[in-house]
Amino acid sequence: MDFTFSKEHQLLRRMIREFAQQEVAPLAAEIDLEERVPFETLKKAAQVGLMGVPFPQKYGGAGAGEIGYCILMEELNKVCGATATIIGAHTGIGAMAIYLDGTEEQKQKYLVPLARGEKLAAFALTEANAGSDAAAIQTRAVRDGNEFVLNGSKIWITNGDIADVLTVFAVTDPALGARGGVTAFIVERDFPGFRVGTKETKMGIRGSSTAEIFFEDCRVPAENVLGQFGAGFLTAMKTLDVGRISLGAGCLGGSQAALDMAMDFAKSRYQFGEPIAQKQAIQWMIADMATEIEALRSLVYRTAWMMDSGQTGREFSTMAAMCKVYGSEVLDRCVDKCVQIHGGMGYMKDYPVERMYRDARITRIFEGTNEIQRQVIATNLFRKVGLRLR
Amino acid sequence: MRIVVTIKQVPDTNEVRLDPRTGTLIREGVPSIINPEDKNALEAALTLREQLGGEVIAISMGPPQADDALREALAMGVDRAILLTDRAFAGADTWATATTLGMAIQRLGQFDLVLAGRQAIDGDTAQVGPQLAEYLNIPQITYVREFAIQDRQVKATRTLEDGFEVLETALPALLTITKEANKPRYPTAPGIIRAYREQTVEQWGIQEVQGDPEKLGLKGSPTQVKRSFSPPPKEPGEIIQAAPAEAARQLISRMKQRNLL
Repeated sequence: MDFTFSKEHQLLRRMIREFAQQEVAPLAAEIDLEERVPFETLKKAAQVGLMGVPFPQKYGGAGAGEIGYCILMEELNKVCGATATIIGAHTGIGAMAIYLDGTEEQKQKYLVPLARGEKLAAFALTEANAGSDAAAIQTRAVRDGNEFVLNGSKIWITNGDIADVLTVFAVTDPALGARGGVTAFIVERDFPGFRVGTKETKMGIRGSSTAEIFFEDCRVPAENVLGQFGAGFLTAMKTLDVGRISLGAGCLGGSQAALDMAMDFAKSRYQFGEPIAQKQAIQWMIADMATEIEALRSLVYRTAWMMDSGQTGREFSTMAAMCKVYGSEVLDRCVDKCVQIHGGMGYMKDYPVERMYRDARITRIFEGTNEIQRQVIATNLFRKVGLRLR
Repeated sequence: MRIVVTIKQVPDTNEVRLDPRTGTLIREGVPSIINPEDKNALEAALTLREQLGGEVIAISMGPPQADDALREALAMGVDRAILLTDRAFAGADTWATATTLGMAIQRLGQFDLVLAGRQAIDGDTAQVGPQLAEYLNIPQITYVREFAIQDRQVKATRTLEDGFEVLETALPALLTITKEANKPRYPTAPGIIRAYREQTVEQWGIQEVQGDPEKLGLKGSPTQVKRSFSPPPKEPGEIIQAAPAEAARQLISRMKQRNLL
């Protein structure tokens, strides 16, 4: 067993940390307040190769694997949940679907510019009536010669209004349902019939953009079918499996930042003539945070290691769901304790703690609610002992 | 243009903490980095290569772990990285270090420019650059915040305590670069992966530099460290609490007592 990061991953972390502190952190409060996408940061991230970290270099990526990508998400989330969300939706699910299931031609045409950060990606699955029940999507794709004609709408799509390339899921055979009846498509924003709707106002991660998108007789070339025709649901699930590891890594970064800030504050805040760190009530909160963070770190990087070493079976899928559930809930507890330790200061907008508390809440909801993740975990566990859950 | 940049791996002093009980430095777990102003020298070299074309060679003397500093230089974009490492080089003072670097640079053959950081954050001597120029017998301009090259002449602005000085000299020359010169680029993510998985850091020992062991390492060092110690803490100052006129009188009499006036 060896738990040390490779030399290249250690240097990558140092470089990303420096980038996050110098280029990302200074804008975090501003983009939250103004609900503004930090395009200038995305451009800088592209210049240093941070828009395609997990993908091989032959596809324009950094070639740092899932471990490298988790390092990115961890370090970015320490300073800005919104910026991390934009890059996460772009790399971790939008471009990831093309990497996992795209043909060589599709990878050359779409993945290369996405991984280089010349273009931005989004992942479009959720609909008004298809959230946790993702199989209930209603967007339709009908073949017309060498093209498919898409009709329908998607909601709450991260980067939906700013993406150049979208991975879109649509029903191609209603009779077959999710297994066999859904197909994934690569859609360019300039395709006729693609339209952006309302941009949402959110509680947290406000610097990231969340939008409604419409397909009105949107014509997509048949060569843009992603993966097997009719196997779109599998593409979606496979992509989301991978996305859950880095989501857990992001939660790890947010939790660590909450712990660091809570300790700094506990050291310097004097009450009753001594730092509040001298109080057992504070010490226990700190100890609980640190313990959960270490457990999460092990879970996240073990799962990332499984992916990088090709162990992507059902156990991997279970572990990825655990990364998402445990990560988001550790984060939830850590930011809550961090606010509590800061007292009134933690509630004021002058301190980043308040923003971190708001940013954290979405992680228990998006990319598959924690309730769905628990169902995935239990289903996989019982299947191993021969019981198929409903 | 063939540009050689000398770099040093140093402990990241931002990460050094004091032991609250003993008052000594905690060295354990302190990451090693490229000396900050050596990164400014690397940036200057890479920018120059972008403008004029050519080759940038990073060279460092140090223990085998200094390999990491050269990998980072590769990830920033240098063309070639050479680590001078040998037991015979160990214990070198600034002169023996400059001698070793100088011999290695002579082995490289022709070069146009040598860039070094102004000084290292661990030793703070600012001597190796100037000594290297002396060894190579080329002109040197130190404390450079800005420079340009035209018709094989380099024109550089030096930062002095009370102003700036502009000097001009012919190539080949050596410049020591200050942190005001530029903002060093980040190593890129793909560059980092390539630096470790595809590129090589050449390792040169005493044979490769064809050095005389008497002139290198501890043996070749005219200066030697006799003792290291922490300076005694400064005594706290005193504030004279009185009305301004009375405070001034007291201050003058104290200064007279100490023969300061």
